Parts: sequence; structure tokens; C-alpha cells
Amino acid sequence: MPAAETYRQAAAALSTLSFEQRMTCGLLALFALLPPAAAVFVGNYTLLLAERATILAIAALSLELLVGTGGLLSFGHAAFLGIGAYSAGVLASHGLGTLSLALPAALAASGLFALITGAVAVRTRGVYFIMITLAFGQMAYFIAGSLAPYGGDDGLTFPSRTRVAGIPLFDSELAFFYATVASLAAACFAVHRLVGSRFGRVLRGLTDSEMRMQALGFAPYPYRLTLYVIAGTLCGLAGFLLGNQAEFVSPAYMHWQRSGELILMVLLGGTGTLYGPILGALAFSLLEEVLSRLTEHWKAILGLLLILLVLFANGGIAGAIASWRRGGLGLGWKRAAGLATLKAIAPLARWHRALESGARRLAKAGTARASAIARWRCGRLGLAQERARLLLAKATSLARWHRTLESLARRLAKAIAAHAAHGLAAACDLWRAVKMASGDLVISVRRRIARRGRR
Amino acid sequence: MSTTLFVVQLFNGLQLGILLFLVAAGLTLVFGVMDFINLAHGVQYMLGAYLLVMFYRLTGSFFASVVLALAASLLFGLLLEYCIFRHLYRRDHLAQVLATFGVILFLNEDVKIAWGAAPLNMPVPELLSGSVQLMDGLRYPVYRFAIIAAGLGVAVLLYLLVNHTVLGMRVRAGASNASMASALGVDINRLFMFVFGFGAMLAGFAGIMVAPILSVEPGMGDQILILAFVVIVIGGIGSVRGALIAALAVGVIDTLGRSFMIDMLRLFLPPAPARVVGPALASMSIYLLMALVLSVRPAGLFPARGRA
Repeated sequence: MPAAETYRQAAAALSTLSFEQRMTCGLLALFALLPPAAAVFVGNYTLLLAERATILAIAALSLELLVGTGGLLSFGHAAFLGIGAYSAGVLASHGLGTLSLALPAALAASGLFALITGAVAVRTRGVYFIMITLAFGQMAYFIAGSLAPYGGDDGLTFPSRTRVAGIPLFDSELAFFYATVASLAAACFAVHRLVGSRFGRVLRGLTDSEMRMQALGFAPYPYRLTLYVIAGTLCGLAGFLLGNQAEFVSPAYMHWQRSGELILMVLLGGTGTLYGPILGALAFSLLEEVLSRLTEHWKAILGLLLILLVLFANGGIAGAIASWRRGGLGLGWKRAAGLATLKAIAPLARWHRALESGARRLAKAGTARASAIARWRCGRLGLAQERARLLLAKATSLARWHRTLESLARRLAKAIAAHAAHGLAAACDLWRAVKMASGDLVISVRRRIARRGRR
Repeated sequence: MSTTLFVVQLFNGLQLGILLFLVAAGLTLVFGVMDFINLAHGVQYMLGAYLLVMFYRLTGSFFASVVLALAASLLFGLLLEYCIFRHLYRRDHLAQVLATFGVILFLNEDVKIAWGAAPLNMPVPELLSGSVQLMDGLRYPVYRFAIIAAGLGVAVLLYLLVNHTVLGMRVRAGASNASMASALGVDINRLFMFVFGFGAMLAGFAGIMVAPILSVEPGMGDQILILAFVVIVIGGIGSVRGALIAALAVGVIDTLGRSFMIDMLRLFLPPAPARVVGPALASMSIYLLMALVLSVRPAGLFPARGRA
């Protein structure tokens, strides 16, 4: 039974794969089969949407490679999309739009741009890296806008899609769709191998602890630069496909908001997995499609969703899947919901605490009058009577202690004062004695003088 | 390249630099003190301009609306800090970038809903309209001088505030080591809130100043935000002095490059390629400056003390 045998073999091969690999393969299969099937019923529209999602998935994958493996958050990644698309478009406008020429040119151009900008950008980390890549991305955007021979700000319309060996193969939507899916599959495979290789492990080590890796003898700079170039080239491939899909390219492809959307896809999908960016790109494409039909101001909704996503749902879709697999049904989301409730009741708790501390402060006043007022207020504020009484008792004991301290201090002060007074009195006495003695002396002397005078 | 045109463009560059400084000063403090990347800072600039236009339409007095708009941008900055940014300080940069990006999308769109997508105009106040004769054939608008003067005034004020007050001392302490400052009894959360609100107000002030000479439109903050990033990277994160110097350099180089790059290239290129390469090179010039500075000093010109 050859069919059953093949099936068994396939099942055995599947069981050797990790969850991540199975998930990725499943997603790819879904991508390959569902849209063409849907296209039969709905029309080519689903194919176009799926093509876009697939291409964006390649771009998001390349960014995830940079963020997840290298710890380098690039905010200018859309520049590579534009460069790939422009390479295809410029060659096509000169009649050179064949796959054997345009694709290598697109990859080389984006790789070269990555090499040049990366040479400066990779020297820095963190916030600096984000800002520098953003600046370089905008630089590419403005350069594209000033390319007057190729449309400038208005963009460049392709005369035709890239030809394969002289045949306009990509004019068939289905063929182009499968080309994009095949590219995504190849990109997934390449990234998977790269992350698992020695190169990928060195990079992850550098992200975890740069100092340790340096102590082991790895220089960070060449590794990071190579990763940057690889990621840029991969995104160039996505750009090449994107330009061909729309048969149009404009500087808007490189706008920094596009880079932000790529980051959104990565975070929406969740970092650290192969299927995360694919899910993220898919979710983003669908979201964009649905929201833009809903209202013209869909970006406001997107922005709000983004803020809520960051504040409440860490880990993205892949994180939710992972936590679901760990056991708890959507543990991540549950935690997020819990956090949201906590945040909502936080002001209430704060108010309660304020009330409590207010009552305590009142109670601490300690005097009979203040305690009467406090008791009355506590009653009014609806605090449990026992609690208030407890607080009062505590406060009274505090006050008593305080009073003891005070009386001790007063006694001490009195003693000191007494001592001082004593000393002063002694001094006064002495002085008086001296004065008296001297007075006596003077008087006696005077008397003596007077007596002598009388004689 | 006539001298008059050169001088005019020099002043324009100076004025752009001053505006950049106002935006970048708040941004660099927020970066330096909190290690927080705030993309939404450009939105504050845009809101400043819109608030000015709104208050001007309500009150009809330029100076009253400046005061009102300043207060409103301060309040708005504090509100944003309280609702969103406060929860992001401890998160990684990915989360910060995305959340503030979301704020940009949200507020840009809200502005479009509230005031429409078409650019608004704001008249120059009567007191500051007109122009000054500088030399033969060279008149320069008073209002632009007012911008330069106001910006320099703010720079001096900021210098005094940061270097000669207790509050400024705390801000500097927070910038060089936030956890140590907090351990020494500085309420770092209140400090963050203050710095954030103040930075938002400065950006709003830049927007207010620029509203009468530019068209007020949604997304106007985005371009200046990226220039401000370049300024901060060149000047060194957390350094107000670096921001001032870098802002003036970027403003002047960008403006002069845009006006004279084609002429300069003509000196050694035929006119046709010069006309193509010139604009591209001009728009690249500040990024080239940034790359140059970074290749010599990776942490910028004046990195805040205590940072690599």
C-alpha cells in the first residue's frame, strides 16, 4: 500500500519537527492553499490580499531576524523595501526587467545600502541605533523623492512585471502568488538555518551578554554588521516582490511610518519565533483591510489598538499561543485582563488607602477632642468601627508613648534647667558674697577713715 | 551665489536651527533622564501650532493665545505622561517605539478629524509684521528675528534652569544615574513627569512660534521629529548644550545645502547632472554630517556625563 506508506512516512517526518517548525509549515501550507481556493469563489481579490500579506511577512521576518537574533531594533527597515522595489522598477523602465537581472540587482542594491548605513549604525546600540536607522531610512526616502528621472515624489509605474527568462510569467496572478509563497518558504528556511547556526548563536550570545562574548573572543561589530546586511538583503527581496505586485513604486514605500508598521507586525506576531512575523503580517494586512473599509480615519483606530496592545498584551500572538500551549488557556491574555482590572481598581484602592491614612492621621492627633472627631468621621466614611477603634487604640498608645517621651524630655529639661539654675544661683550667691564682702570692706574702711578723722 | 541671498539663507538656517533646538531640547532631556524613546514628541509640536490657531480664533489676540496654547500644551503633555508614557518607562525600546508610534497615528488622525486635513493659516501678529533693512537690497522679516530671539532666550533660560537651580541639579543627576538619584531621595517619578511636561511645552512653543510662517497641517511634526533625532544623535543624548550646537549646525547646513548645492556642484560638474544630483545630495547632507560625527565620536559631540 504505497499511499498508506507515504502517509506514515510523512507523519513520522512531521513528528520529528518542533512545534515551531510544524506551526511555520502549517502556516505556509495555509498560505499556499487557502487564497487560491477562495479566489475561485470571490475572485482575484483574495489573491492580491494574500500576496501582500506574504510579501509583508518576508519583510517582517527579516526585521524579526534583526530584532530577535541581533537585538537591533531598526526603525528604517522600510528603506530596503523601497530600494528593492526601485531596483526592479528602474531596470524595468530601461527594458531590463528580467528576473535573472532584476532580482540580483535588487538584492545587491539593498545589501549595499545595508552595508554602508550599517557600517555607521551598528557601531551604536539602543536608542541611538533606533534613531540612526530612522534617519537613514528618511535619507533614502528623500533621495527617492528627488529622483526626478524616475518620477520623484509621484513614484514610478512599471511598464510591466519582471519577466522570467523572457516570458511574462508573472502576469499570471496565480504564478506570481506562488512565487511569493515560495519566496516566503525559502526565507523561512534560510532564517531558520541561520538562527540555528554558529553565526546565529554567537549573535544571540552577544544580545544576552556582550561582555561575556567579547571575553570569549568574539568581536560584536562584524557579526552585527553581517546580520544587518543579511536582514537588509532579505527585506530587499520583499521590496522587489512588493514593487512587482503593485507594478508601481513611490517614496512612500520608504516612509518611516512604513517602518513603524513593520515593527508593529513583529510585535503583533510576537518575537522569538519563526511563525510570529508571518502571523503578525497576516493580522496587520487583515486589520488594515477591515479598518480602512470601516472608516476613512482608520489610522486613529490602529493607533489606539497599538497603544492598548503594548500596554496590555505583551508577547503578541505567538506569546498567546505559547502560553496556551504551556497549559493555561490563554494565560497571557488572562494575565493581561487581570492587569487591566488591577489598573482599573488601582485608583479605587488608592482612594481607600487615602481614606485610611486620613483616618489614621486624625486618630493620631490623640487628644480627646480629635479622637471624638475622628470617631465621628470614621463612622461617616463607612470604615468598620472595629478598625477605627483599633487604629484609635494604636494612635492612643502612640500618643501615650509620645507623651511619656515628652514628659521624660520635659523632666530632663527641667533637671538640666535646675542644674543650670543651681549653678547660676551659686554664682549669684558667690557674687553677692563677694559684693557683700567687698561692700563690708569698703564700709569698714570708710568707718575706719571716719574714726581716724574724728580723732 | 550672491551675498544677499547667502545672508538671508544663513538667517533662515539659524531660525530653523532654533526651532530644532526647541524640539530637540525636550526630547534629549526625556531620552537622557528616562532612557525613553518618545516618537510622539513631534505631535506636541503640531498640537502647539493647532492650539495657537484655535485660541487665536477664539480670542483674537495673538499674545493671549500664545499663553493659552503654552499652558494647554503643558497640560496635554502631562496628561499623555499620566495616561500612557508612565507605564512604558520600564518596558523595552520595542514597546516604547510602538506605543508612541500608536500615539502619533492616533493624534494625527484626531487632528484631521477635529480641524480637517487642509492646512490652516495663522496671520503674523501686527506688532511683529514688517521687515528690517539689514543692508542694501536685503530686508528680513521681523517675525523671523523674533523667533530667533525667543529661541535664544529659551536657550539661556534652559541653561540657567539646568545648571543653576536645585531642580536642574536633580535633572542632571537623573540623567547621569537615575537609580542612584532615586536612592538619594529624589522623587524620580515626579521628576520624570516634570521633565516630560516641560519638554512637551518646549515642543509646543516651537510649534506656536512657527505657526504664523508655515502652514499648520496634520503630520507637520513628523519631519521636524526626524531632524530632531539627527540633532540629538549629533549632540549626544541628554546634553542640552550639544542639542543647541547640533541644532544650529543642522539648521544652517540643511538650509544652505538646499539653496546652494546645485550651484556648488556646477563648479565641477556639467549643469544637467548637477541638477539631478544636487537635490539628492542636499537632502542627504545632514545625514552625512551625522554619519561623519558618529564615525569620530559614536556617542555624539557632548554625551551626558556618566554615559558611554
